Amino acid sequence: MERRDFIKLGGAGMGALLMPVSGLAVSLDQLLDKPMDVAYKKKLADIALNAAKAAGATYADARIGRYLNQFVRTSETRVDNIVNTESAGIGIRVIANGTWGFASTSNMTPDSIAQTAQRAVAVAKANSKFQTSPVKLAPVKGVGDVKWQTPITKNAFEVPIKDKVDLLLSVNDAAMANGANFISSTLFLVNEQKYFASTDGSYIDQDIHRLWAPFTATAVGPEGFKQRSSLGNPVGMGYEYLDGLEKDKIKITGANVGYNNSYDMLEDAAAAGKQLKAKLKAKSVEPGKYDIVLDPAHLMLTIHESVGHPLELDRVLGYEANYAGTSFATLDKWKSGKFQYGSDIVNLFADKTQPYSLGNVAYDDEGVKTKQWDLIKDGILVNYQATRDQVHMIDQNESHGCSYSQSWRDVQFQRMSNVSLKPNPKDISAEDVIKDVEKGIYIAGRGSFSIDQQRYNFQFGGQLFYEIKDGKIVDQIEDVAYQSNTQEFWNSCTQMAGKSDYRVGGSFFDGKGQPSQVSAVSHGCPTTRFNNINVINTARNV
Amino acid sequence: MTILSEANAKALLEKVIKLSKADQVECNLDGNIGGNIRYARNTVSTAGEESDLVLVVQSTFGKRTGTATINEFDDASLAKVVERSEELAKLAPENEEYMPNFGTQKYLPSNTYFESTASISPENRAQAAEDSIAPSKKNKLVAAGFLEEQVRFRAIMNNTGLFAYNKDTNVDFSVTIRTEDGKGSGWVTRNYSDYKLLDTAKASSIAIMKSKNSVDAKALEPGKYTVILEPAASVGLLGNMVRNFGQRGADEGRSFLSYKLKEGEDASKAPKNRLGEKMFDEVVNIYSDPQHPIAPAAPFGNDGYPRKRTDWIKNGVIANMPNSPYWAKKTEVPYMPSGGNIIMDGGDQSLEDMIKSTRRGILVTRLWYIRSLDPQSLLYTGLTRDGTFYIEDGKIKYPIKNFRFNESPIVMLNNIEALGKPERIDGNMIPPMKIRDFTFSSLSDAV
Repeated sequence: MERRDFIKLGGAGMGALLMPVSGLAVSLDQLLDKPMDVAYKKKLADIALNAAKAAGATYADARIGRYLNQFVRTSETRVDNIVNTESAGIGIRVIANGTWGFASTSNMTPDSIAQTAQRAVAVAKANSKFQTSPVKLAPVKGVGDVKWQTPITKNAFEVPIKDKVDLLLSVNDAAMANGANFISSTLFLVNEQKYFASTDGSYIDQDIHRLWAPFTATAVGPEGFKQRSSLGNPVGMGYEYLDGLEKDKIKITGANVGYNNSYDMLEDAAAAGKQLKAKLKAKSVEPGKYDIVLDPAHLMLTIHESVGHPLELDRVLGYEANYAGTSFATLDKWKSGKFQYGSDIVNLFADKTQPYSLGNVAYDDEGVKTKQWDLIKDGILVNYQATRDQVHMIDQNESHGCSYSQSWRDVQFQRMSNVSLKPNPKDISAEDVIKDVEKGIYIAGRGSFSIDQQRYNFQFGGQLFYEIKDGKIVDQIEDVAYQSNTQEFWNSCTQMAGKSDYRVGGSFFDGKGQPSQVSAVSHGCPTTRFNNINVINTARNV
Repeated sequence: MTILSEANAKALLEKVIKLSKADQVECNLDGNIGGNIRYARNTVSTAGEESDLVLVVQSTFGKRTGTATINEFDDASLAKVVERSEELAKLAPENEEYMPNFGTQKYLPSNTYFESTASISPENRAQAAEDSIAPSKKNKLVAAGFLEEQVRFRAIMNNTGLFAYNKDTNVDFSVTIRTEDGKGSGWVTRNYSDYKLLDTAKASSIAIMKSKNSVDAKALEPGKYTVILEPAASVGLLGNMVRNFGQRGADEGRSFLSYKLKEGEDASKAPKNRLGEKMFDEVVNIYSDPQHPIAPAAPFGNDGYPRKRTDWIKNGVIANMPNSPYWAKKTEVPYMPSGGNIIMDGGDQSLEDMIKSTRRGILVTRLWYIRSLDPQSLLYTGLTRDGTFYIEDGKIKYPIKNFRFNESPIVMLNNIEALGKPERIDGNMIPPMKIRDFTFSSLSDAV
């Protein structure tokens, strides 16, 4: 029950908001320190690679990382906590006797790094006793010295603490002035400064930024209480995401405002207050079959759970069997070339090059250049997401670039790429998607999501639910969740909006692996319709 | 070395406190050494060892608080972390709910540390994995498992006289064993403070048996069934319920423990929460106890306040609700910290005895992907996984397909038919439970 790798944000009784953090805190001026000199990082990395080779490794990579976080959390009119952290160190991964070995250290002296490399080789050799199939790596050509940075325009770490506190307290005021009784709001900032070197001859320096500004507001009335969480997204952007530009707003008549690459947190909080008042009085849904229209801030998580995870090759092969589970999307279905994952208008692709997304990098954590590739084409399952040591198992010889580790301290492994749904080639609007629905429900925002360990059966809820009658949004309703089976669900997809409605949402803390690691990943999609879906009522008297 | 003795931890924290210029300063020192091995497809996939020692300094000027952490311990680093927390405190606005740190405290003796766990070697881990893999291979099954051990200590000191120190060990093992064709799956988990108690071969034999017996599961209609929930199946729902026991949320009207006004009742005279109300079957007794002999917890919480045995549900009645020092003062009740474990009383029956006495029912190994549907009724959803069987006339008849459930632990703890002998699970003690009318809402094809 007690995990030491987490810092509790907020005081006692503030609820269980536990954030994974590690390492040492830094002062504000130090957050702006220039990163470690690249030439010095190269020298340290070469010490690791050479020591590993000398100890018998046939392959080695070294990741020198400096990870900065800042968390600001507020409730109603008060600031619960402000935390700055920094963590730096080196993780060294090797292959010896055809087996992986890994070791890491925060002690970055040349001697310590060489010893850590030797320890990684010793672990590989010890484990090779029980290894039955030697590691096979897909080839990667060394790229020499390269650099990449998340395309930010306003470094969030450079924004004064006061501005951040003022923003969050104003957000809380806006929600409470409009109907909320309680609200907690948080700002998470992440900066990963990662240097990767491998015996393939790559020296890759990347500076990665991510930001998330969530809130949860609550209203209490004689009817009970209701909650509404923010409709903003975690993003691979700087503080400019919080500019709230009009051009990035998509207004759905009678319902919510959707946000693309710019978030108006104040507007969303004020709307949350009003919508909470309506939620308290809203009628409870009549269970049955409905055509459901899913807003991108909701559908992104449906994609994450029902497409992103089942198409991770390590799950398909059984490496996650003891934790996250396996996958219904087995190799025989893929090999058939005929497995109808969705209707023929469904095209889902993986892409770690997508700007502003959480997974956007130039190279993954084993030095593979990132790219875009198809997973579902015209409804048919065509590919998976894999790493260098996996692709040979699906008869491919080029890694998809899906390797990631949450820190220098942990070993990298296969993680989900950004997985997105292609918009309609005709640029129709969200309201065009709604207009043909006779009896339906429009769902916005991410709510309760639960899916089985092979990703067949799921039950998903949302933040806001609106009844659709004869092509128009009418009333706000409550207690909605839809239950379906992944293949049936995607085959019931009948319409989607076009590129003007396409928005990118994401998951900031996706967990996987043992010991568990978090990863951040985005999903783009337009407003999309699914016909004849089973909707249940989640209210219950006890 | 990242595990400090009590004397060394005390000396280090005294040095840090002396550097502080703040009105109030409190330091936590957390050290750990851990090792793990992971296997899948009947072979080791990853293994590693990690260690860390982290100092957290929380400084307060008036009602302004800042927090900083560091994992370097030379004099300059200690001075820096203190200065950083003070700098953040000065930038923070006043927190109207700030409460001063505690003074000197007395703690119950601790039984959380076992040398056997502290001395596990990489070879021990590899052998423990092999003891699980070999019988799986012999049975033409496929094992994926994980073993992890941790040795940890925590010390807390402040400038108002508090000093707390505790050392503990923990070992977790779990394995999923599947048939080669993926039509059967069994799972088992073990959790101890003392590594000597772990027998991965014996534990794996249960997963092997469940895997072989779960092939070709039949589909039952969703609906209400009598279930026997193994401890791993109910711990998630119980844990979610206990985490929602807080007094403040209840007093503020945003909890299942908020008082429900009766018709015509004057809100100003009514209680705010349901303390003292009988909400569950009278056989339900749930408490926390740091000195539990099998599932002990540290004798103090994160704030250094002493833990003692505390009833949460006594004979079905809400006995206590955890709060914060601020909320305790505001509502004029004693400070009631959360517990470090969940202990639920049971009976003497074994799981086998409970199956024997069941005319018709479903045995559930574990519940998976539990998510809240309605915090007002504590309604949760999730799925059965890795061993779900139909029981008829006291015997397991056949495996059944997995179900999605939509159920509330409030309902569950009102529908108890029988409680078995509690077992340790995730640091808690939970009995197997026979529950009537447990709601399954749909079928899943997942194995």
